Amino acid sequence: MNEYTMPIIYGVTVGTIARAIMLRTDYRQYPTYLHGKVIHLALGFIAAGLGAVAIPAIMEKEFTAVTFLTIAASQFREVRNMERNTLAELDSYELVPRGNTYIEGIAIAFESRNYLVIFTAFLTTFAYILTNWVGALVVTAICLFVNKKLMSGSTLKEIVSISLSEIHFDGAGLYVDNIYIMNIGLPERQEEIKKFGMGFILTPKNFDVRSTIANLGQRQAILHDVSVSLGVFRDSGTPALVPLIKRDLDDGRIGVFILPQNQDPKKAAQIIGAVPVLENAIRMPSESKVSKKNRGE
Amino acid sequence: MTIDKAILAVITTNKQKIGGGAPIFCCDTKEEMDKVAANLEAILDGISHALSDELYIIVKH
Repeated sequence: MNEYTMPIIYGVTVGTIARAIMLRTDYRQYPTYLHGKVIHLALGFIAAGLGAVAIPAIMEKEFTAVTFLTIAASQFREVRNMERNTLAELDSYELVPRGNTYIEGIAIAFESRNYLVIFTAFLTTFAYILTNWVGALVVTAICLFVNKKLMSGSTLKEIVSISLSEIHFDGAGLYVDNIYIMNIGLPERQEEIKKFGMGFILTPKNFDVRSTIANLGQRQAILHDVSVSLGVFRDSGTPALVPLIKRDLDDGRIGVFILPQNQDPKKAAQIIGAVPVLENAIRMPSESKVSKKNRGE
Repeated sequence: MTIDKAILAVITTNKQKIGGGAPIFCCDTKEEMDKVAANLEAILDGISHALSDELYIIVKH
């Protein structure tokens, strides 16, 4: 036992707890399995350890020791690769795939959460050494609060308004409102689609949002989340029964056509609203220099 | 170059209007055409699209 033992133990514990809090199993169904959780808790523990020993190393004038943080960085980049590869492999077996954009978003989240753990462990250990356990507790509370804020991005309901819309056929063409979805030839399929299909129109709240919801990855994420939460009327070998999203070129609205097994329009609208806005899909044309100049900023 | 979409079969009740490379199935009635198209859709894992009342194509997407 020396003067750093307690701060390091404290930092590692808080860091691991932070990882456990950030590791949630929800409707995205990942990581659902126990072993997946164990892997991420173990990596979180390692991350917490790295963060916690950084300050004592500096105080002991072991400056070179800090370079191991670079090893940590490459280690966690590996985590991102691992997640991406696993999910991409499994994606081909999903009835409604996640899509690469969604997978990349999940992989980024896994990597960045490990860095949050490092920061948490680093700051709490620092606070413990600088003040005492009371100061460390305060910093812990702040860190956990910030982590909570950082881990939840925005959701679709903040950027679009969602309205239920009847699906109808014009000849063989399937429409949601006035948006053409696809051509269904067989009368039998058309009946199934009329019975099980549900349509939603998402209207963008501003110009920036138009390109975000036009992103094919973002659209696939909506379809995947809805299909996971409400079930999907589809099987392999029935390619005609496929949930789709198409865009109205005139005003950027998108027409969502889904085939939920749970026919509850209210719930479906809530689920669409809760779909995360993928970081990779966000576009900000209004922030460009040209637009700013035109607005006179 | 890879081709991701292809017409796998053509089903029709009007022989006059078609010709060409894809396998063609001629039917006498609309009901027969629906039946053949439904079977082919399941077998070929494609979607049957209606181009007109007397012409269906099965497309692999």
